[in-house]
Amino acid sequence: MKVGLFVPCYVDQFYPKVAIATLELLEKQGLTVGVPPRQTCCGQPMANSGFEHLTGGCNSLFIENFAQYDYVVSPSGSCVLHLKEHLHDPKHEAEAGHLRERIFELTEFLTDVLKLDTVSARFPYRVGLHQSCHGQRGLHLSQMSELVAPPFSKPVQLLSQVDGLELIDLDRPDECCGFGGTFCVLEEAVSAKMGKDRVSDHLRHGAEYITGADMSCLMHLEGLLHRQKSPVKVVHIAEILNSNIQ
Amino acid sequence: MSSREKMLAAIARNKPNADLYPLPVLPLPHSFVDQGVERFCQVLQGIGGEVMRVTDMDAIRQYVETHYDHTHRIVTTLPELASVAELQWPNTPPHELANVELALLRGHFGVAENGSIWVTESLLEHRAAPYICQQLALIIRKADIVPTMHEAYARIGNETYGYGTFIAGPSKTADIEQSLVLGAHGPKGMIAFILD
Amino acid sequence: MNTQTLDHPELADRFNKDEARVDWHDQTLWWVRQKRDKAAHALPEWESLREAASQIKHNVLANLDEYLLQFEANAQRNGITVHWAADAEEHNRIVHQILTENGIPKMVKSKSMLTEECHLNEYLAEHGIEVIDSDLGERIVQLAGEPPSHIVLPCIHWKKEEIGVLFHKHLGTEEGCADPQILTGAARLHLRDTFLTRRAALTGVNFAVAETGEFVVCTNEGNADMGAHLADVHIASMGVEKIIPRREHLSVFLRLLTRSATGQPITTYSSHFAKPRPGQTMHLILVDNGRSIQLGREDFRNSLKCIRCGACMNTCPVYRRSGGHSYHSAVAGPIGAILAPNLDMAKNADLPFASTLCGSCSNVCPVKIDIHQQLYKWRQVLVQEGHVTAAKTVSMQGMTTVLSRPGLFHLAGSVGRRLMKWFPSLVNNRLNPWYKQRDMPAPPSESFSEWYAKNRKPS
Repeated sequence: MKVGLFVPCYVDQFYPKVAIATLELLEKQGLTVGVPPRQTCCGQPMANSGFEHLTGGCNSLFIENFAQYDYVVSPSGSCVLHLKEHLHDPKHEAEAGHLRERIFELTEFLTDVLKLDTVSARFPYRVGLHQSCHGQRGLHLSQMSELVAPPFSKPVQLLSQVDGLELIDLDRPDECCGFGGTFCVLEEAVSAKMGKDRVSDHLRHGAEYITGADMSCLMHLEGLLHRQKSPVKVVHIAEILNSNIQ
Repeated sequence: MSSREKMLAAIARNKPNADLYPLPVLPLPHSFVDQGVERFCQVLQGIGGEVMRVTDMDAIRQYVETHYDHTHRIVTTLPELASVAELQWPNTPPHELANVELALLRGHFGVAENGSIWVTESLLEHRAAPYICQQLALIIRKADIVPTMHEAYARIGNETYGYGTFIAGPSKTADIEQSLVLGAHGPKGMIAFILD
Repeated sequence: MNTQTLDHPELADRFNKDEARVDWHDQTLWWVRQKRDKAAHALPEWESLREAASQIKHNVLANLDEYLLQFEANAQRNGITVHWAADAEEHNRIVHQILTENGIPKMVKSKSMLTEECHLNEYLAEHGIEVIDSDLGERIVQLAGEPPSHIVLPCIHWKKEEIGVLFHKHLGTEEGCADPQILTGAARLHLRDTFLTRRAALTGVNFAVAETGEFVVCTNEGNADMGAHLADVHIASMGVEKIIPRREHLSVFLRLLTRSATGQPITTYSSHFAKPRPGQTMHLILVDNGRSIQLGREDFRNSLKCIRCGACMNTCPVYRRSGGHSYHSAVAGPIGAILAPNLDMAKNADLPFASTLCGSCSNVCPVKIDIHQQLYKWRQVLVQEGHVTAAKTVSMQGMTTVLSRPGLFHLAGSVGRRLMKWFPSLVNNRLNPWYKQRDMPAPPSESFSEWYAKNRKPS
């Protein structure tokens, strides 16, 4: 199984530890993981702003980087959803189609493809899980509260096996944090308010860490926590799952 | 070209291919099929209505005598209730019903899933009757409670009426800070008499 | 009529000046969403009902002209006069003409978002006709001189103390009284007098049945019925998309509508108007006003499936924290944001961007409109049609240049991170909207690619 790691642009620049944790976690599963050096961005920031027509360059680059892999894995539900829905290239449509089928967000790759049944990690803290919308509602990583359908959650399935980790309940288990790509600056007032409300739900329930499968939401929540001088930290789910048992 | 022709032409030009969108088969499989009167009572009470299970019209007469103010006007369409209510409403505009305290009317059937009762013009004398009164009483038979709206419309079928309505409890509003207030414009109270 | 010049971010920013009020607004609507959840989860067949409703509405759109003709013929046979209005102006003219022909200077109106869309009240006022809105929430905003901020809960943005002040001024309630029970009682008396003295009543239409020529109006207050049954003339206004094929289809929609809207199992009254009562005249106005154009936009036609339950507003985290007026359109919230650009692209170009594309709206929608997908698609259309600022276009082009060239990307990233480290004020300043309430992440000393090049062999 040839697995390629797609590291989203902002993770590469601001959160290298998340990419490292993802890489090490995949390698722990006995996989050989390729990391194409010429990767940049999935194109979502332009597309969600209405400039999908400018994403051709990002798309071609993505296909050039990853077409050789059986699977592509990324620690970001949002980027994965964008690629699944919008990766096209008129010159390489077959490859684009293959990649749209074969790109996975990290937790769904672990539960659905690798069918991981034991997690060897220890994280002895009270943790709140932020369900990022694109992962949850777009990739269906977990059941959403709007639907009348049986509950499930791929991230919870993994986190519940982490030694010492106590998952807290939230009043609104799947409300959006307000990051929303360029929304976070174009609609600053609402974006910040949404984030503050999300943060306070976690704080109210005694979270020591807020985790999730999408670093962009966590970056937004981290920015708010830091401004509030809160001791609560954000941590990507890959970092928890990769944390070593002491 | 008239607006009618213009609109129809624009729609015909712009609509999607009808072959791709057949109608679904109704009724759908649904819940509550085995639930009748208990569910009806529970739901109606939950939405601000009252329920009285009675064995005969006498019980309704007695209830009306003891529970409503007879110094005010009480009207009905049921001859059996003539001793407690006005039966012959003058053939006047509906506006003159504005002083009615209680209207006692018959309903066709109830719907368990939402506590509503189906009434049509033929049971009302005036369409305004169940709205303009301060209190409304609707009488149905226990055997006439269907589980859901699917059975309700199956029962209505292609009956013709000038006006019909499902009534579920008293008139209400929550427009001020989502605080529920009974008696917005219509009846402040609504009771369903269920004849066993 | 419309003096709005501020866009959604500016109006939302104003709304957020009073954070306690935003919390109250958010929590009130979230409570409605929770009631909806409880009602929906009580029906195990909920998802199949949604699917059936969606299929029926697709079928309606695909046969709309035929259903309209069938409806017209049946309604006329029932004694209803049917009018066709191509746009808002024609709709308003028809209403005015009916009133003039009957010599009626005052009308009572129940909830109709279509008449809000058409600005009927302003039009009739200009022609010397008084209109009183009879839905309590609509009456409140009418007295305040405002449009509704929500299609189902028109004055959800008003606090009871403020309504108390308004009613003291207009209805003579006791000064300082803010008890919803007493205030509603005062409105009841005031509007009862209105119902008893108006010779014309206008209502909206929730559903119109092609097979029977009848139309259904749903209210909790009973105001549509009080108006219609006491008036000599009943005018009903409906958007053409409100047609459904058969009476039995009402079962599906009536099961979904109110559960989605407020969590009630059904509205107090679901009134079926088939014929005028003896001595009464009944008019029904079929309104297009851009709907046939939207029908032709393949990506957006599904928005015409909307049954106006308002569930997408209650669930929308942006709507709850920006308020209905920030959408400066008759229909606010996510559904409004995909309907409004069809009516006026330039004026409503901001609305499809007033979303994080979280998708809650699409999943709560009882007729399964792909609302968040349409928001995304409207963004593409608005950019293509030139409705975004030149500055945004330039910055997007710049971003594209960097992101499609790996060398440039890594160089820019490394330079950027160093600049952030040495001169944090370059990004942490008041001109950066991110920084207003959030800190920037601390720039790491090396990027992942730099780490990887040092620590692993490139693949």
